[in-house]
Amino acid sequence: MEKRNARQTREIVVPGDILDGTGMKPGENAYVLDGKVRASVMGVRNVFQNTVGVIPLKGCYMPTSGDTVIGVIVDIGPSNWLVDIGAPYPAPLHVNEVPWKVEFGDTSRYLGMGNAVLLKVLSVDESKKIQVTMKDSGLRKIEGGRLVKISHSKVSRVIDKSGSMISMLKNMTDCRITVGQNGMIWVDGDDENADVAVLAIKMIEEKAQARDLTEKIKEFIESKLPQSEEYDDDEGEE
Amino acid sequence: MSGHTDMVLVDENGMRIDGRTEEQHRPIKIEAGVLSNADGSAYVEIGKNKVLAAVYGPRECHPRHLQNPTKAIVQCKYNMQAFSVSDRKRPGPDRRSIEISKIISEALERVVLTELYPRASIDVYIEILQANAGTRCAGLTAASVALADAGIPMRDIVPAIAAGKADGHVLLDLNKEEDNYGQADVPIAIMPSTDEIVLLQMDGNMTREEFDHAIELAVNACHEVHDLQVDALKRRYSKPAQEGSE
Repeated sequence: MEKRNARQTREIVVPGDILDGTGMKPGENAYVLDGKVRASVMGVRNVFQNTVGVIPLKGCYMPTSGDTVIGVIVDIGPSNWLVDIGAPYPAPLHVNEVPWKVEFGDTSRYLGMGNAVLLKVLSVDESKKIQVTMKDSGLRKIEGGRLVKISHSKVSRVIDKSGSMISMLKNMTDCRITVGQNGMIWVDGDDENADVAVLAIKMIEEKAQARDLTEKIKEFIESKLPQSEEYDDDEGEE
Repeated sequence: MSGHTDMVLVDENGMRIDGRTEEQHRPIKIEAGVLSNADGSAYVEIGKNKVLAAVYGPRECHPRHLQNPTKAIVQCKYNMQAFSVSDRKRPGPDRRSIEISKIISEALERVVLTELYPRASIDVYIEILQANAGTRCAGLTAASVALADAGIPMRDIVPAIAAGKADGHVLLDLNKEEDNYGQADVPIAIMPSTDEIVLLQMDGNMTREEFDHAIELAVNACHEVHDLQVDALKRRYSKPAQEGSE
């Protein structure tokens, strides 16, 4: 991780910037004009094998099928709920896609307005109509805990390489944490621990560009939560 | 373009009343990401013009009947503050601001990759805080920086600038006096990667040769404005990264 960062200079590009003129293929957020690959969003230039693309710094969440997301019920119909998953489009959750047997018109008994739910994106068609489901292992109505909203482009930073950041957060704060691909994060634990976890997540979002972020977050949590019970199962600190 | 004046707008040395040459634009200052509640924002000063632009979206399109099932629409609202001109401007949309809103949203629709977001709307709000001729160009310049700052996919960043004619000279970036007492005003916006024109209007009279010269001046200046726009966007992200890595 360190080596990779040191080798790749983090080059910021803006829409219209030329990414490559030597015959590479356009990757994500790139297009070709007159044989030159150009960026279409502001972000960091990213080369992968023979393609060159842009990792966006900002922007709205666009669901893709298979994403695990956390949403909030914003409307209730007789046979479906409308869920806000932070995308530009509403995501309908049909009664056939919930693990309960729901009578027609009885939807509000199961999920009410403002309830948070852990969902999976079933499909997104070309006109961006979204379908979500709750019929999969681990998907459920979320009760207790708290929700944190961060930019969806920072989700990968919260998880980090093979989940190193998120597992450290979970271990050190002793909280249950679920990260939705749409940037909604559910944190559940003791009030004090959850406070620190939320602050740490906010800090990750703010300092996503920083080097050695995992170390910094670790120090931050240690300063807030003197490690007692966690201290022996984790790496030797103090 | 209306009044007459005894003022010498361009003197015998080719100097203008604010000390610029014919081919010089006013000092430009651009800052990206100035508002925290909007998805993207920008603040632009061109001479005495002060413009703020904010972008929201893509989000669900309201009113529903404006939705396009194949692409997103760009809805722009250009608004002049009551205190933006020396006589108080009556607040609210008028014929002029509706026209400017329309041409700016059409210019932006050319560059935004609208087909990625069917049925959605991208909302652009342009507020003129202080006006001194050339606010539509300043507004469009600010709006395209704000769009890029919001992370909206687009082909290019649009710079805009006006050219015109006053005292018989073709001038770049007219100021208030040159606009009021001059003979023509030609605002232009381009896509810098291809030099395609996305906005072109003309108020007043010019010969064909003068017009060609005006376009040439404006296109060259647009590239300079574009460099400033790119610089403003990059500055926004290079600073926090350095602070963070310290």
